[in-house]
Amino acid sequence: MNIRKSLISLLRGRTSQSRKFFLSCIPPLLAIFGFFLSCGIVVHIRGQDALEFYSIILSSGFASFDDFGYVLFNATPLVFTGLAVAIGYKSGLFNIGCEGQLYTAAFAAAGVGMHLNLPAFLLIPLCIGSAMIAGGVWGAVPGLLKAKYGAHEVINTIMMNFIAFALMNYLVTSVYQEPGQMIPQTPQIHETARIPRLASFVPFLPQSNPLNASFLIACGCVVLSYIFLTYTPWGYELRLVGNARDVAAYGRINPRTVTVWVMALSGAVAGLAGVAEVMGYRYRYLDSFSAGWGFTGIAVALLGRNNPFGILAAAVLFGLLNKVALDIDILLGIPRGLFLAGQGMLIIWLVSIEGISRKKNDF
Amino acid sequence: MIFELIPSALRMATPLGCAALGGIYSERAGVINLALEGMMLIGAFGYIVGTQGSGSTWIGLLVGISCGMATALLHAVATVTFQAEQVVTGIGINILALGITEYLSPPPEQVGGLPHWQLPLIGSYNFIVYLLPILMVASHIFLFKTPWGLRLRAAGESTEALAALSLSRSKWQYLGILLSGLLAGTGGCFLASEVHYFTKGMTAGRGYLALAAVIFGNWRPLSGVSACFLFGFATALELTNRWNIPGQLLHSLPYILTMVVLIGFVGTSRPPASLGKI
Repeated sequence: MNIRKSLISLLRGRTSQSRKFFLSCIPPLLAIFGFFLSCGIVVHIRGQDALEFYSIILSSGFASFDDFGYVLFNATPLVFTGLAVAIGYKSGLFNIGCEGQLYTAAFAAAGVGMHLNLPAFLLIPLCIGSAMIAGGVWGAVPGLLKAKYGAHEVINTIMMNFIAFALMNYLVTSVYQEPGQMIPQTPQIHETARIPRLASFVPFLPQSNPLNASFLIACGCVVLSYIFLTYTPWGYELRLVGNARDVAAYGRINPRTVTVWVMALSGAVAGLAGVAEVMGYRYRYLDSFSAGWGFTGIAVALLGRNNPFGILAAAVLFGLLNKVALDIDILLGIPRGLFLAGQGMLIIWLVSIEGISRKKNDF
Repeated sequence: MIFELIPSALRMATPLGCAALGGIYSERAGVINLALEGMMLIGAFGYIVGTQGSGSTWIGLLVGISCGMATALLHAVATVTFQAEQVVTGIGINILALGITEYLSPPPEQVGGLPHWQLPLIGSYNFIVYLLPILMVASHIFLFKTPWGLRLRAAGESTEALAALSLSRSKWQYLGILLSGLLAGTGGCFLASEVHYFTKGMTAGRGYLALAAVIFGNWRPLSGVSACFLFGFATALELTNRWNIPGQLLHSLPYILTMVVLIGFVGTSRPPASLGKI
C-alpha cells in the first residue's frame, strides 16, 4: 500500500478524477508486468535464455510495419468482443455469449455477401447491418429471458453459444457448403462485399499483410462507445441500471427494457468481430474460425477496466501476444499454450485484485 | 432399439454426472462454478500423466483427482478468500486449464483404462459407471439428511443463519468447491480412461453441459444425474443417427431444453438464494 500512498501524494493537487484514473491503471499494469515476469521465469526453468525470449517478444511485434500490421490485425476482433463485454458489464450484465454472437453475425454477413450482387456502397453497409442484426438477436434472446423470466444471462448466453455452434455447423456442412470441397466453408462473397486491405493505401505495408479497414471500424467503435456511454442519455440509463437499479426505477427508467437493448447492442458489437473475419480477411465463412475471441474479450475488457480506450490498448496487447505466441513456437519451440495459460492467470489475478479492493472498501 | 443406445448413453452420461454432482456441491454452497470444464480437463490430463509416469491406472486416477482438486483450490482461493467475481474466475480457470494442458501436453502414447467390471444382465462397464449411482445417492443423503449438508446449503441459502450459529461461511464454501473439484476430476479421469490418450481441449464443453444439467435438475443430485442421462441419450442418438435427423439438432437439444426449463415452462428451477453473492 506504500505505492498507493506515494502515488496519491504525487498526484495531490490535481483533480480527484485524474487521480482516480491513475490509480485504476495500477492493477492492470501490475498484472501485465507479472504476466511477462512469470513467462520469463517459465522459459528460464525450461533451460532457455529468458533474455532472448524478451527480445523475440519485442522484435516479433515491432521489428517492421509488416509485423505491427499483424499485431493490429490480431487485435481487431478483440476490440469488438472486448467492447461488447464492457457494454454489458457497465449495465451489470455478463455477456459470455460473444462467441456465439460473432458466429451468427459472420454467417449472416457471408450469406448476404454471397447472394446479393450489388455495388459496394450498398452491399457493404447491408452486410454489416445484417451481421449486427444477427448478433444482436443472438444477444437479445438471453436479455429478453432475463427481463421477462429472471433467467440468469450467464447460463443462457452459454447455451446460446452451443446452439450457435451447432446451427452454424449444420448450415455450413449441409446447406451452404462450397461445392466440391471437403472443408466446411461457404463459397466466397462477392468482390463488392469485401472490406479493403490497408496495404493498398499505406505505403510501408507489404501486399501480403492482412490488416484491413475493419481495424479502422474498430477504432471508430471505440470512440463511438466512449461517447455513447459517457455523454448520451442511453449511456446514462445503461450505467444507472448497472450501478443503482432502484434509483433507475425511481427515475422512470425500466431496468427490464434496458436489459434487453443492452444485450442486443452488446451482441451486435460482438457480431462486428465476425464481420472483420468474413468481410475483411477470409471472404467466406469457415466453420469454427474463432480462436476463442469471445472469451478473450472478457480478459480484454477486464484489463482495459471497461474503458473503451483501455480496451483498445488491451486488445493491441493481446494481438501482440497472439503474434508472439506463434513466433516463440517456431523460434524457441515453446508451445503456444504458455501464453494461453498466462492469459487465464491474468484474468484470475485481475478479478482477485478487484475483489480484494472491494473487500477493503466494505470496512 | 432403445436398448442398443444404453451402453453409449451410459458412457456419455457418466463424466457429465460426476461433474454435475460436483457442480451441485459448489453451487449449493453459493459459489457459481463455471470452472467445471477446466477441472475436468486438468483431471483428464492428470490421469494420463499419472498413468504414463507410474504405469498404474489407480495412481493415474489419484493424480487426476488431485489435479482436479488443485484447480478447485485455485477457484476457492480466488472466489472465497479474495472474493473475486465468480463467473469471471471460472472462465479464467477454463482458459488457464486449456493453456496449461497444451503447454505441458503429454506424449501421445496410449495408456491403459480403468478396470471394467462385468455384471450379470448389465454388461461390462468402467467401474465409475457403477460408482455414479452410489455417489448420487450418497450426495443426496449428505446434502439433505445430515447436519453437515444443512450447513453447506445454508452457505448458499441463508448467510445469516450460518452467522447466527457462529459458523464460518467460507469454510463450507471451500468444502463445496473442493468436493466439486474431486468429482469433476473423477469425471475427467473417466473420459481420459475411455479415450486412452490426451487431446487438446478433450472435454469439449462437457463441463458447461454438466452445469446445464445442474440447473436442469434444480440443484438436486437425483434429478441432476437423471438430466445427465437424458443428455447422454441425446448424444447417443446423435451418434447412431438412424432417422436422418441432423446430428447438430440433437446436439443442441440439451441446451435448448435447459433454456426452456430456466424460463419455467417445465417445472420450476430455483437457484440457491445466495448463489453468486459475495
